[in-house]
Amino acid sequence: MSELPFAISLEVGSSLANRTGSWRVERPRYVDRLPPCNDACPAGENVQRWLYLAEEGSYEEAWRALVEDNPMPAIMGRVCYRPCETACNRAHLDEAVGINAVERFLGDLAIDRGWRLPEPAPDGGARVLVVGGGPGGLSAAYHLRRLGHRVRLVDSSAALGGMMRYGIPKYRLPRSALEAEVARIAAMGVDVELGTPVHDLAAAMRDGGFDAAVLAVGAQLAHRAYIPAGDSARVLDAVALLRSMEGEAPPSLGRRVVVYGGGDTAMDAARTARRLGASDAIVVYRRTKERMPAHAVEVEEAAEEGVAMKWLSTITQMEAGRLVLEKMVLDEHGFPQPTGELEVLQADSVVLALGQDTDLSLVGGLDDVAVRDGALEVDDGLMTGHPGIFGVGDATNAERTVTTAVGQGKKAARAVDAWLAGTPLERPVRHQLASFELLNTWYYDDAPKTMRGRLEPARRTGTFDEVEAGLDESDALFEARRCLSCGNCFECDNCFGVCPDNAVIKLGPNERYEFDYDYCKGCGICAQECPCGAIVMEPEGI
Amino acid sequence: MTPGQPVRFFQVGSFAAGNRLLAPEMRTVQSDATRANSLTSGHRACQGCGEALGARYVLDTAMRATGGRLIAVNATGCLEVFTTPYPETSWRVPWLHSLFANAASVATGVAATLDAQGRNEVRVLAQAGDGGTVDIGFAALSGLFERNDDVLYVCYDNQAYMNTGVQRSGATPPAARTATTEALGPEPGNPFGQGKNLPLIAMAHNIPYVATATVAELHDLEAKVLKAMTMHGARYLHVLVPCPLGWGSAPAATIELARLAKESGLFAVFEAERGEVTASSSIRHQVPVEAYLRPQSRYRHLFDDTGAVLRPDIVGRLQALADANIARFDLLKSAS
Repeated sequence: MSELPFAISLEVGSSLANRTGSWRVERPRYVDRLPPCNDACPAGENVQRWLYLAEEGSYEEAWRALVEDNPMPAIMGRVCYRPCETACNRAHLDEAVGINAVERFLGDLAIDRGWRLPEPAPDGGARVLVVGGGPGGLSAAYHLRRLGHRVRLVDSSAALGGMMRYGIPKYRLPRSALEAEVARIAAMGVDVELGTPVHDLAAAMRDGGFDAAVLAVGAQLAHRAYIPAGDSARVLDAVALLRSMEGEAPPSLGRRVVVYGGGDTAMDAARTARRLGASDAIVVYRRTKERMPAHAVEVEEAAEEGVAMKWLSTITQMEAGRLVLEKMVLDEHGFPQPTGELEVLQADSVVLALGQDTDLSLVGGLDDVAVRDGALEVDDGLMTGHPGIFGVGDATNAERTVTTAVGQGKKAARAVDAWLAGTPLERPVRHQLASFELLNTWYYDDAPKTMRGRLEPARRTGTFDEVEAGLDESDALFEARRCLSCGNCFECDNCFGVCPDNAVIKLGPNERYEFDYDYCKGCGICAQECPCGAIVMEPEGI
Repeated sequence: MTPGQPVRFFQVGSFAAGNRLLAPEMRTVQSDATRANSLTSGHRACQGCGEALGARYVLDTAMRATGGRLIAVNATGCLEVFTTPYPETSWRVPWLHSLFANAASVATGVAATLDAQGRNEVRVLAQAGDGGTVDIGFAALSGLFERNDDVLYVCYDNQAYMNTGVQRSGATPPAARTATTEALGPEPGNPFGQGKNLPLIAMAHNIPYVATATVAELHDLEAKVLKAMTMHGARYLHVLVPCPLGWGSAPAATIELARLAKESGLFAVFEAERGEVTASSSIRHQVPVEAYLRPQSRYRHLFDDTGAVLRPDIVGRLQALADANIARFDLLKSAS
């Protein structure tokens, strides 16, 4: 012991000689877990990451983190069906975080401020043909360009966008947002060729000298069903109706319009009919509301706009001015069965929205490309049976949403890149899911969701103006800050604060923390009190 | 459009020690990498000790409030034993221990000496466990209050004499099993109707400031220490510090139990000045008392092996105590 001043018996902080870490039977460890929003996102966005950046008001960085995965946030912030919000843990507390609204805010801000997408990697020399300029094709083209490949994007239509332009009505997706985000991708040096249908893929690849191809041809053909129809019955399909809204003169539908089908396209057709002047738009569907494939938000908005629904009904005959419906009942398997009970419904026109099929005649000459149930068969890496030919989006049997197509476009681009390099496709390690039970929600304040404004229903039916409004900055910031950061440290200092043994070392901003195992007794308070479930206790090795 | 909402900073980790969205000076002392660590590593407290945590919270805050000009006087008890086994000490503040009963008197003497020396900028803090406060040191403490000496006296209440083997103290709650109140007979554990509520006794002395706090709400605890250090005269702070050993609880559950004590209403968190209650902390998510009792083996005799209530009569009486606190201190008002 050294010389101590008068009356001082022990040296300051001398207990540091006592390494209490030797008491430990369990040790804490910091982990990262997969947040449910990220897990649910079909586009593979790192939602939590860009919300984290947005929380600080670093909007450009947030947008940059977003476009790492999805180059079209302004579109996504309008048309996505938000599986992230369905999965959000905050829903167990008050309401899910309004992720989609923040995404739209960032997307619109980027357009406003003219932020540019990241520069492509140096040219690797490979040439890739992308067939189809919808969300899947655009996403593939973007990610291929970023990986340094030369891309030619061909589409049979006069403008890019695919079903985002020719299928999604303007009141859901204003064309200004679409144009801006599509143009931004094209400006990355994508060689775009419009009005060019590809009839023979093998020939197109040979003639153009392409090393690989991504098929993103979508599902553009209206599914047909045989319904006896009188000569003068006015029958058209929903795909043609929605497509005709883009440019050409809209068809005349009359005052009473019946839409047959229960999907999102049926809702879009009925809502479009209302806007075209139909006083009555009636959706006829053979099963019940609960079993409709349409997303709830679409059904709700359609109902607000005065669209009527007729459940458990099929159309058995169509004549001029009237339809014959048959009532159905659901059997024990949930399938509709006819009852023989008939009913007459007045209708000036009938719009069929019975699903869409894919035109895959372009691969007709390629025997090794398999087509099953009208969809391209692809492997885990989205490659067809023909080496170097990949398929994405509606043309495969993936879920038919814009978001899924965007995610598949990214995945296909990475698969093409790996295939060209002759390396196996690397799959990121998926962390364990950050489920709600892992959180300590005491630490979060109550903060209900910010509601997005919607156009008054009475004003909607007369116009194609956008229905849902965006958030202003303070609302978007509020919403971003409702994120719980499930499963990933957000540097709240709680572990550092609650350790009775000062055994947590704070490393500074963005560097997180470290345990001091010399003194950690393994009590587990840090893990118990971590708000976001980013600490685990593990048995100590002997 | 919805009207713009004011941007608030506490949605993320609102109640946590820190918050990266807040200006550093608005975060807790404990979130500061340069905090004093008045009670440093290597101490011999049990795993998950609430008292070690509470003492560091209080002293680090007092160190910040005084710019490091602080002298701490300690009564005998766990805190003294586990921090200073000869030849080591965990203290990084000037620290003085004399006897079990006389911490208040020694603190009075230190304050008087500093005053005589004209060093009024150096502040005095006395600290003790519940035994050293409500039983053994009570006379000296009452004298300190009566004289209104310039000392902040802090009681870390773990509700029994823990380091000598969990004997009952005047602060042990009803029905709790201790080594001297066994869980036997028709009324197992500590009898109802006894014990001392020292915050109320302190208020009866009309001293400038009395407050209660728990280790579960750091922001609240630090605010009370900071406030106490802006005042002079006798001040009393009573901090609930769960004890895994004596309460028979998991070491990891220390903060959770302190939280449940407050959220059930069994432990009222409030402030009083000159004998009048001036503020109380509302319950955020009320829980029945059994949620607090069940994880502690000192109350095991109230539940069967499946966790079902075995003695609804006793649990009911404890709930009545919580309800009385809620009414008395207005603990269910909505947070403003």
